[in-house]
Amino acid sequence: MAKRIDVSGLSAFYGTHRAIDDISMTVEPRSVTAFIGPSGCGKSTFLRTLNRMHEVTPGGRVEGKVLLDDENLYASNVDPVTVRRTVGMVFQRPNPFPTMSIYDNVAAGLKLNGVRKKGELDTIVEKSLKGANLWNEVKDRLNRPGSGLSGGQQQRLCIARAIAVEPQVLLMDEPCSALDPISTLAIEDLIGELKSRFTIVIVTHNMQQAARVSDRTAFFNLAGVGQPGKLIEIDETERIFSNPSVQATEDYISGRFG
Amino acid sequence: MTTIETPPAAAPPRKAATVTRAGDRVFAAMSRGSGILLLVVMAAIAVFLTVRAASAISKDHGNFLTTFEWTPSLNPPVFGIAVLAYGTVVSSIIAMLIAVPIALGIALFITHYAPRRLGGPIAYVIDLLAAVPSIIYGLWGALFLVPHLKGLNLWLDNYLSWTVIFHKSDPNSAARSLFTVGILLAIMILPIITNVSREVINQVPKMHQEAALALGATRWEVIRLSVLPFARSGVISASMLGLGRALGETMAVATVLSASPVLSAHILDPVGGTFSQNIVAKFGEADEFGRDALIASGLVLFVITLLVNGAARLIIARRKEYSGANA
Amino acid sequence: MSHASSDAKPTPRVPAPDKLSSRRLPRWSPLAIAVGAVAIGAAIGAGAGLSSHIQWGLIALALFVLGSYAITARVEGTRQAKDRVATSLIWSSFVVAVIPLYSLVQTTISKGVKVLDGTFLTHSMNNVLTIQPGGGVYHAIIGTLEQVGIATVIAAPIGILTAVYLVEYGRGTLAKWVTFFVDVMTGVPSIVAGLFILSLWFVLVGSAPASGFAGSLALAILMLPVVVRSTEEMLKLVPNELREASLALGVPKWRTITKVVIPTAIGGITTGVMLAISRIAGESAPIALLVFGSNLINTNPFSGPQSSLPYYIYQQYGNGNDPSYNRAWAAALVLIAFVMILNAVARGIARWKAPKTGR
Repeated sequence: MAKRIDVSGLSAFYGTHRAIDDISMTVEPRSVTAFIGPSGCGKSTFLRTLNRMHEVTPGGRVEGKVLLDDENLYASNVDPVTVRRTVGMVFQRPNPFPTMSIYDNVAAGLKLNGVRKKGELDTIVEKSLKGANLWNEVKDRLNRPGSGLSGGQQQRLCIARAIAVEPQVLLMDEPCSALDPISTLAIEDLIGELKSRFTIVIVTHNMQQAARVSDRTAFFNLAGVGQPGKLIEIDETERIFSNPSVQATEDYISGRFG
Repeated sequence: MTTIETPPAAAPPRKAATVTRAGDRVFAAMSRGSGILLLVVMAAIAVFLTVRAASAISKDHGNFLTTFEWTPSLNPPVFGIAVLAYGTVVSSIIAMLIAVPIALGIALFITHYAPRRLGGPIAYVIDLLAAVPSIIYGLWGALFLVPHLKGLNLWLDNYLSWTVIFHKSDPNSAARSLFTVGILLAIMILPIITNVSREVINQVPKMHQEAALALGATRWEVIRLSVLPFARSGVISASMLGLGRALGETMAVATVLSASPVLSAHILDPVGGTFSQNIVAKFGEADEFGRDALIASGLVLFVITLLVNGAARLIIARRKEYSGANA
Repeated sequence: MSHASSDAKPTPRVPAPDKLSSRRLPRWSPLAIAVGAVAIGAAIGAGAGLSSHIQWGLIALALFVLGSYAITARVEGTRQAKDRVATSLIWSSFVVAVIPLYSLVQTTISKGVKVLDGTFLTHSMNNVLTIQPGGGVYHAIIGTLEQVGIATVIAAPIGILTAVYLVEYGRGTLAKWVTFFVDVMTGVPSIVAGLFILSLWFVLVGSAPASGFAGSLALAILMLPVVVRSTEEMLKLVPNELREASLALGVPKWRTITKVVIPTAIGGITTGVMLAISRIAGESAPIALLVFGSNLINTNPFSGPQSSLPYYIYQQYGNGNDPSYNRAWAAALVLIAFVMILNAVARGIARWKAPKTGR
């Protein structure tokens, strides 16, 4: 299921502004990779280049290569729709479809991909909600609107929606930044469970969170305002937090940044 | 890390509202009075129209609701709104059937499909077109559209005659029919439906659209999953605002339609009439009683548009997020 | 729902592409399909001897939509084909709408310039037979300016004050009713406003009106809700901090409103009033009922019939001969120019005077 991501020489632009510059890295399958760095360093932009969501932004443009098990996402004969179906995403703010029930939210991606039989939908919806540790809380109200859930539950609903279509990779853009500590803990536990099935990339502002959930950590930084963001280093999470090879990383992690 | 906006530490200003000054009282009374005056005008419209209408209807020797003819000058007077109500409703339905899908299409075109540079100017042009006076639509409709629709009329009559509604009794008669009126009304209400729909669609949160995109939805699927459900009530009320316009439109109908007191299912036939068209057409020759009769038909139109617009506004009011229906 | 028994069953597979790359149509394909559809549509139209170009267009449109679906479904799959059809329908709806609107403007301009000249703008229809060429719109322009002017003088202050009430004072039931009826009033057909003034005259004066002033009253009714609504939107944009800052300095509320709030929003308010003017300037139905129209110059709006630009167009159209049609088009051009200039200026003011609230 899970695939490896190989990025080489990737730059992303907003119009003429270069947001991230010349990034190369490898993301291992069945592991959690965390992106950390100061605000505006381009880590979210970089994440969005991994499922071609960056180009949805007006003026968004990408140069370079992203290989998903040897297939370039940006090859001319690749449909971005296929890419996004293969690389799932969870956003900063929980965004269940407001007009749909809990059940329909999870089933939305399935219906797009041609699963129409009621029995099959039921099975996958249940499995996905269980996979997102949400089943027990919502099984009696599957037909209620998803927007009636708490923030943490909504975010797990979004995770259930994303994993229902069985993507190869799961991207998470600060998935806990809008949540309280208990909901955050629930999501972090969930990430630990999901990594056996998916390649997970998570952007986080919370360094403790990166240390808790990730196997590898990438540190991004920018030289100054208006400068493009760069990848400073990527390594085992333990090494990054104990003995990073670059001084800037150590400064950032120990809070001596800026 | 995250930039947290610090709330201003200053204490909230104290309102010294215990003593009301004379200036304050006068100004408040004036603005309040204006609001009340507006309500009074609305009430007066209803009352005055009702008074005059009641006196006319009480002398009507036909049935006001079911009579076809409009002959208040006869002795005894006979007039009814059957043909007018039918014509008003049919032409408005035709207009809605044509305008709503196209307006929704243009709104989506501006918000989701047009190249970004084009979206703004197109929206501006549509805004301007909403300002074109209806008499000019009427002039264009009568002198340009009517002759140009003749071919389409023949074609519809040739191939779709069996549907009854597209049967044309006299294939050579001019296209001064309810169908043409419907097309013209559709063109006229297109801008307002487009504008209001566009505003509603613009308010669909980006994050819901990104949610659909990230699931691997095509552009159309994004619209179906996250844009249309969110915008539906707004588009409905936009359509009803358009319907209100179509129902009350006067001059464009008066110039195009060749009116006669015939109620026909054949919408290509140059017969029929609408409330407002009838009022303008019959006003010149009417005596005081005739005018009261016309006022009675105007009252019916007023009530219909009141209901349609009221319903549209209630739908909008129930959506707190939406608050920008100008015009 | 039957979730209970589903645990034992194997999980059904979600159909997934095994490769990212797929066959795709080149970027120019929609254009190519469109060109092909138009060519075939024209060929069929000409071949079948269809006289109306509207039918040619409809055939081409149907071919375009079906063609995009068939070709895309074959190459890229049905989901992409549906997307392509939606795209072509949305583009078509835009094109379909542009054609009549373009034709309207183009016809008005090309026919209007024929007789539009200095004489046309400075002469009335006095002593001009309807079947003769000549004559002009001077009397109608005067009528429109006076009627619209009086309507504005009545409706603008009341409308602005009502908006002030709604934004600055209105809290209770009265405000709710006013808000609702402003919206409802927006939808009152112009002919009904005319009938109302007519019945008002019947009841209060005892005879039918025939003066510009009566028309102005009807126009004021049509203008009022537009002014209220736009002013309200503008006042709502004024940040609360400004009001609080002024009140905190001990400035009375009414002075705060007249010296701080309204000046901040004055650009937007002006725009709203001008847009409202441009809307009522084109109204002819109430004029037909209340002002009657005249071929002579009548500068007194309070007595005797007057003309107005939109009503003049209606009258000339009604004459039903070519010289009159030409005058109607020329007057339409004058009216459209008037309305468009008002619109453009209003929007210019809005942009220029937009409250600088940051974002």
